Amino acid sequence: MEAKQLTGSQAVLEAFIAEGVDTIFGYPGGAIMPIYDALYDYNDKLKHILVRHEQGGIHAGQGYARTSGKVGVVFATSGPGATNLVTGLADAMIDSTPLVCITGQVFAHLLGTDAFQETDIINITMPVTKWNYQITDATEIPHIIAKAFYLAKSGRPGPVLIDISKNAQLQKFDYEGYTPCNHVRSYRPKPIIRKEYIDAAVALINGAKKPMIAFGQGVILGKAEKEFKKFVEKSGIPAAWTILGLSALPTDHPLNVGMLGMHGNYGPNVLTNECDVLIAIGMRFDDRVTGRLDKYAKQAKIIHLDIDPSEIDKNVKADVGVWGDCKETLPLLTLGIEQKERTEWVNLFKDYAQKEYDQCIKDEIYPKTEEMTMGEVIRIVNEVSKGEAIMVTDVGQHQMVTCRYAQFNQSRSNVTSGGLGTMGFGLPAAIGAKFGALDRTVVAVIGDGGFQMTLQELGTIMQTGVDVKILILNNQFLGMVRQWQQLFHDKRYSFVDIQSPDYIMLAKSYGIDGAKVEHRDQLAAAVKTMLESKGSYLLEVMVGKENNVFPMVPQGCSVSEIRLK
Amino acid sequence: MNEEKQEYTITVYTENQVGLLNRIAIIFSRRKINVESLNTSPSEVAGIHRFTIVVVENRDVVNKVVRQIEKQVEVLKAYYNTNDEIVWQELALYKVLSEEITEKVKVERLLREYGARAVAIRKDFIVFETTGHREETNRLMEALAPFGLVEFVRSARVAIIKESAGFHEKLKDFEKREPGEELIENEYLGKREAVFTM
Repeated sequence: MEAKQLTGSQAVLEAFIAEGVDTIFGYPGGAIMPIYDALYDYNDKLKHILVRHEQGGIHAGQGYARTSGKVGVVFATSGPGATNLVTGLADAMIDSTPLVCITGQVFAHLLGTDAFQETDIINITMPVTKWNYQITDATEIPHIIAKAFYLAKSGRPGPVLIDISKNAQLQKFDYEGYTPCNHVRSYRPKPIIRKEYIDAAVALINGAKKPMIAFGQGVILGKAEKEFKKFVEKSGIPAAWTILGLSALPTDHPLNVGMLGMHGNYGPNVLTNECDVLIAIGMRFDDRVTGRLDKYAKQAKIIHLDIDPSEIDKNVKADVGVWGDCKETLPLLTLGIEQKERTEWVNLFKDYAQKEYDQCIKDEIYPKTEEMTMGEVIRIVNEVSKGEAIMVTDVGQHQMVTCRYAQFNQSRSNVTSGGLGTMGFGLPAAIGAKFGALDRTVVAVIGDGGFQMTLQELGTIMQTGVDVKILILNNQFLGMVRQWQQLFHDKRYSFVDIQSPDYIMLAKSYGIDGAKVEHRDQLAAAVKTMLESKGSYLLEVMVGKENNVFPMVPQGCSVSEIRLK
Repeated sequence: MNEEKQEYTITVYTENQVGLLNRIAIIFSRRKINVESLNTSPSEVAGIHRFTIVVVENRDVVNKVVRQIEKQVEVLKAYYNTNDEIVWQELALYKVLSEEITEKVKVERLLREYGARAVAIRKDFIVFETTGHREETNRLMEALAPFGLVEFVRSARVAIIKESAGFHEKLKDFEKREPGEELIENEYLGKREAVFTM
């Protein structure tokens, strides 16, 4: 049989279909035009979302990947199109989000000549991609794209960038079909689980009097939520989360004791320094979680489960490093451990939670002040959504408040920029999140600062008709920086006073309904209107200008020095 | 754990791929670690490249860096060794004016003493080579300096790991389509008795 002749561009799209891609976020341009030309004929099989900026495209790809559990796919052209992806790549790299980004490149014979819209995107993106590769010959396309998808989603996931020169996109070649990749000899996505790790970890857990779990996104990325829940329930160990681990265990689960780190809950932070065994699962001891390292859980034996061996011992020395996929390691641990109830120890967390509620949370979610608070807005969202909504956040005070107070019944419901802290992430990520979970409600909670960084994506919402509820918590400040300036820089408010346009009018000009709430008596009804509206909606809530997020572990302090006020 | 800084030789087995040198280099530059010496060459296995990298750092840092290197998709395996665990050599070339050598007996004696070999002899200059550890090649450089050493250059270190059984078997292991059996080093696992008493 004679092989079919395809262009490189067609081969890219055939590969996508074979990989089960349904949605592409992208922006056309000169060097990627052949691919877009081919896309014209694939319109019935591949949905392309035209974004307003490549950064919006890649954040949407991230949002899509985070809610769907699939690989996010992004197109951009060469030069500025490609460099606009860099922030999203860095974000996806540090938050382990599987992406395949295709960038156009100038003709191969022009490489290195400073051609129009030429940039060395391979070298630029090397530190922020799990893998990248430049294709200058179309015959490489099928197996390189296969490798790209395999690398993006296997092991510890991450972003992959494939740069394809224009001649390779145009080149016709004998297409012999698509074979998915499942092995690269120089790459070990995960190891065989070694019994000695498991035995050692089981022995530590069974001997522990006051054990505690710290879980991260590894549980979600490993699709191991069920295995994790079984482990938690059999062991009876209180479990606290990082913000990327949030929603892996329902927030109302009796053993879910809350958030770790700088703005986390009182109990888990204080008791990190009192537990005797700390079981870290798919988390990487980020400095925002650990606070001062030399005073972090020094009394505890550390068990660290991770699929990435370079994370074990990186920040916190593990007594037992359990290298492996937590979908495989957790059931082995569950099998070995004794069923226990640790009432006294769990009650200690409850005591701390009560203290935190009395001194801190109550005034945040049921404020007595005239000014509205971010916490009460999130509480009302919870009351209406019943914990079923996907919450996408930007970066700053509203992000911490949302992570602290939002309720989640199911996994893959919290989408936020954790490691990189990318302001401007929220709106485009929410668009992608919705495309990744079309049957769910998506609420984008965004501050007045971050919203103004990527508000051009309102155009994407307008054009695609995607249903995203936008909740702007406007404190008329770059709130988190202002909070630090207040606490640590003698209230010298240096360039944090930020003005906003009329967001409602702005939304209207994009055909999006909206409302602004300045008084508490309208709040509950307005939130309800937003969540029940057909299609997108923008709700702006004016909250207290100088409210702070507490509790807080000041920088340079130990987690047990957390301040409630 | 945080012992003194010393020389570590990092041996990296990789696929032969454009851009990999940069991927490895940025792991060092990101942490502001100066690379003392870097050599890339074929390895004992056809198609597999071998990097030999020398840094002066403490074990903890080197251990983390090596794990980051190993994490790169095209890296098969990376090892790190202290100087007493390897056999290594560097090669040095010295250009000396011919008249200095012909006129001064001392120079000739010096070259013989250091086992230098002439690799190019011309009317105006002679190029010598020696191999050895850095101190050895340095000493000859210093000794020749008063006699008009015109040019001096030294290669990167190449090193053989004393305990290594080569990479042939390892590669077969890597080519299997299943997860590997290697384990991350865990100092605790060797002395579990001590840890289990709480």
